[in-house]
Amino acid sequence: MRHRSTLRAIYELLSSMRFAISLLTLLGVASIIGTVVKQNEPYNNYLNQFGPFWFPVFEKLGLYSVYNSFWFLTILGFLVLSTSACILRQTRPMLRDMRGFREHAREASLSSFAHHARFAHSLPVAQAKEAVEAYLRNNGFSTRINGREDGILLAAKQGSWTRIGYFLAHGAIVLICLGGLLDGNLPLKIQMALGGKQVTTGNQLISRIPDTSRLGVDNWSFRGNVFIPEGKSANTAVLNVQDGILLQDLPFTVSLRKFHLEHYESGMPKRFASDIIITENATGKSVEKTIEVNKPFEFAGVMMYQASFEDGGSRLHLLGHDLRSGGAPRPLATEAVVGEAMALKTAGFDYTLELGSFRAFNIENMAADKPEADTGNFARLEKHLGSGARSPTAKDMQNVGPSIQFKLRDSAGQAREYQNFMQPIRQDGAWYLLTGMRDSPSAPFRFMRIPMDDDGRPDSWFAIRRVMLDPTRHPDIARRFTATALGADTSPDVRARMQETTASTLELFARGGFESLGKFIENTIPETERDKAADVFIKILEGSAWEAWKMARADAGLPALVPAAQHSRLLRDTLNATNDSLHYGAPVYFQPVGFDEVRATVLQVTRSPGKPIVYLGSLLLVLGVFAMLYVRERRLFVLIKDTGEALVALSSNRKSMDVEERFRRHRDDLTTLLNPSPRS
Amino acid sequence: MEIAQKESSPLLRRLSPGDWLYALALAGGALFALRQYGGFMDVYDKAILLFTVPGLAAMGFAWKPFRAFLAASTALALVSIALYQGDLARAEQVFFLKYLISSQTAIMWMSALFFIATGAFCLGLAARSDFADATGSALTWCAVTMGTTGLMVRWYESYLIGADVGHIPLSNLYEVFVLFALMTGLLYLYYEGRYATRRMGAFVLLVISAAVAFLLWYTFSREAQEIQPLIPALQSYWMKVHVPANFIGYGAFALAAMVGVADLLVRKGILANRLPPAEVLDDVMYKAIAIGFAFFTIATILGALWAAEAWGTYWQWDPKETWAFIVWLNYATWLHIRLTKGLRGPMLAWWAIAGLVVTAFAFVGVNMFLSGLHSYGSL
Repeated sequence: MRHRSTLRAIYELLSSMRFAISLLTLLGVASIIGTVVKQNEPYNNYLNQFGPFWFPVFEKLGLYSVYNSFWFLTILGFLVLSTSACILRQTRPMLRDMRGFREHAREASLSSFAHHARFAHSLPVAQAKEAVEAYLRNNGFSTRINGREDGILLAAKQGSWTRIGYFLAHGAIVLICLGGLLDGNLPLKIQMALGGKQVTTGNQLISRIPDTSRLGVDNWSFRGNVFIPEGKSANTAVLNVQDGILLQDLPFTVSLRKFHLEHYESGMPKRFASDIIITENATGKSVEKTIEVNKPFEFAGVMMYQASFEDGGSRLHLLGHDLRSGGAPRPLATEAVVGEAMALKTAGFDYTLELGSFRAFNIENMAADKPEADTGNFARLEKHLGSGARSPTAKDMQNVGPSIQFKLRDSAGQAREYQNFMQPIRQDGAWYLLTGMRDSPSAPFRFMRIPMDDDGRPDSWFAIRRVMLDPTRHPDIARRFTATALGADTSPDVRARMQETTASTLELFARGGFESLGKFIENTIPETERDKAADVFIKILEGSAWEAWKMARADAGLPALVPAAQHSRLLRDTLNATNDSLHYGAPVYFQPVGFDEVRATVLQVTRSPGKPIVYLGSLLLVLGVFAMLYVRERRLFVLIKDTGEALVALSSNRKSMDVEERFRRHRDDLTTLLNPSPRS
Repeated sequence: MEIAQKESSPLLRRLSPGDWLYALALAGGALFALRQYGGFMDVYDKAILLFTVPGLAAMGFAWKPFRAFLAASTALALVSIALYQGDLARAEQVFFLKYLISSQTAIMWMSALFFIATGAFCLGLAARSDFADATGSALTWCAVTMGTTGLMVRWYESYLIGADVGHIPLSNLYEVFVLFALMTGLLYLYYEGRYATRRMGAFVLLVISAAVAFLLWYTFSREAQEIQPLIPALQSYWMKVHVPANFIGYGAFALAAMVGVADLLVRKGILANRLPPAEVLDDVMYKAIAIGFAFFTIATILGALWAAEAWGTYWQWDPKETWAFIVWLNYATWLHIRLTKGLRGPMLAWWAIAGLVVTAFAFVGVNMFLSGLHSYGSL
């Protein structure tokens, strides 16, 4: 008996409203946690974020995957239990209520209703009964009549559907939770526990992954990604589980013919689509299909979605320009493949080139940032009137061409990251090849601008730079510069000093760029003279660069230069870029000159057995909610007594203001009905 | 008891010639759109268009002023389209477009009218002036008319930018803020008529004004009003149903919270002789939360269906989804307490106000503080 009463108490608790409300609140609070901590990130990110002490604690608490954690599922489980218990508990009384008319209600209880009224009637009982019956029918009531000794009771009701609504809505919650459970990662966890499946690390060849990390084609619930480069095919999906992966064998092979990537003029993505051929393993049957975002495709019970895209191993043609002093004068042509590391061990280098990504185009806003003229409030408002189509600030979206991003790792394992553009980009009225460098992935790129020469090539810069940074040529540059700068009648003394100054300027510049010169000025020249001295140094450097250029051309057997206005700009840019190159951190500049792009698509493949259940649940939920909130159950009792007295009472399952209004109307209508004026 | 009388007679007999004309115009408009633009629609777009006709018709039958409102905004939008003559540049050249009914201008008018209406309602409350209240009400009607015109014209303008850019203006935070103001405004006007009191206006219009203030800040300092093309995930007919359903929910919850504020004041005896009695406010609050909850349920389910198609999972606990779930749980609990426990009084009013905080976080806060798949509404 005791045992029974404990069970009873548990059942009472589970089915109680108080428990349900506590659960709903708890669930709400629990859900918040998962929006505060980013979910399902690589574990390294969490380690960085929380530190070595909290990381394992939070891992134990399941905070990295809250919605799949044991405790969250437990709360959901209790919600299902509680709702089921509530349904169980309510079924009998509700069904009784729905079927029953309460036609045996006593007069005393009717007159205790909040909405009731008594009035006299002037019709014979039988006639009154017929009139009221018709009235109730016309007003959408179903009626049961109970004759009793003192008269007759018409018990009418409408809107019993609202009770069905209760079952629909609450049953729906149970269905949705159960369906969701089938599509969550619980089936996977069970397979891992019972089937001895283990996750493995992601960075290994698919063919080497052992069978213990492979799931068979008969697996009925999974969600994974298939990576397919153009022209290749795949028949396994990768499932990311905890901190590793599992492989899911698919019942078919997918090959990617082409991946479409389209953009709007603004550079925003417009369309991702994969032209695929699917061949069923068992039958050899093939289907051709294009999968797009929002247009998934189902085959052999597996849904396929366009999830994302990646580079599928594009091949880049690069020119390696040696930046070391006395390095190779001609660039070295080489090739690199996106996603692969290339050892660079020729000509005394000891580096690894890791080509991370390739972008076939980059769309940038090339409009100059002009400060907005202050035109007053009305003008400012006026600018925001009109159509929503135009931007009040002018934009000039342009494709600035392809770019690559790569890491250059030295023999000690230290890496710097670079971003190089293939085409020259116009900035401040001149054209440059841009190359960006950064020491850490979180830092922004610092760009070096390599100026383009009269032929639209970067060659002049490399040549001038080579001569200028070569110490063996400094005396020669100094002699030539002095000859150009000073008149023929200058004394040999001044000439010698000038030559010496130029040579030491070049030497300083070659050592550490403007920074060394700046330090030198700071250390040796009084403060008042510094600006003037800096000007002199710049003049010397510009003049030297001009001489170096002429020398480089002579070296290469090119015709002599005719001085022109645009050259001074080029010389200044040359000096700046040369200075930057001294802090470039790499002994070589890789100029992209061509590419063979290969794209890859990432398709998400799923089998979700719970989906139809969840959808059914959702439909029931909507029907249930509307029935519960908008179907009003009303019971109208009309007692017609032999004594000539009538009693009207109205009850409703919802207390709201319109019940009162409705009651008054029925009362008035019925009073008129039962007291017809003599003339009619 | 005129309303009650009407409800009991059969629907068809209740309809006036005006109703028939209204329904006919709706059907005519839909058929014209189908004939003219059917080639650009897929079967779902067409189905949505066709279902709009009975939906809007029922709306107009049940709430008569809605007919005039819809007719006026449609007429204004059509005039605007006619003035455009297919050329966007005319927004700068034609006076009526530039200063009245191009999309941006219309939305600016909506903003101004909502502000003035708020002032009028406050004056009405302070001075117990029925005239000021009536003015506030009329101005609110004008505001929703201008706002609706603005959105319709914006839809048209987006196609003038390019056939591939055009889309229904429900795609980013700017556009849905306009929608939020409109929905809240319309819901208010409905309850104003239904309960025959204009004194709630000062409270409800306050939350609309706050939204409009945000909208103006968003326009002037972020230039958010520019029409942007759709990213692939958003290119779907689902947007046409998911977003409006959601904003009926948000609008109703916001309205309920503001009525809750009025309810609390009345219960404390503040403004009690100027505001409707607490029972009326309580009833409005319940009605608003009920309709909001029903539509929010639909919206969340539609969102799940869309997510299944676009992202491959009907539910993946993305922050926006999770917060939608929290909002849903919150109002589900509210309804349980009120309907099953039969609880009334200040506690539910406080809860409705807290509900607005949760709703606001789900609507704007998630975009500001959390990242996720719904990132196209970022601040």
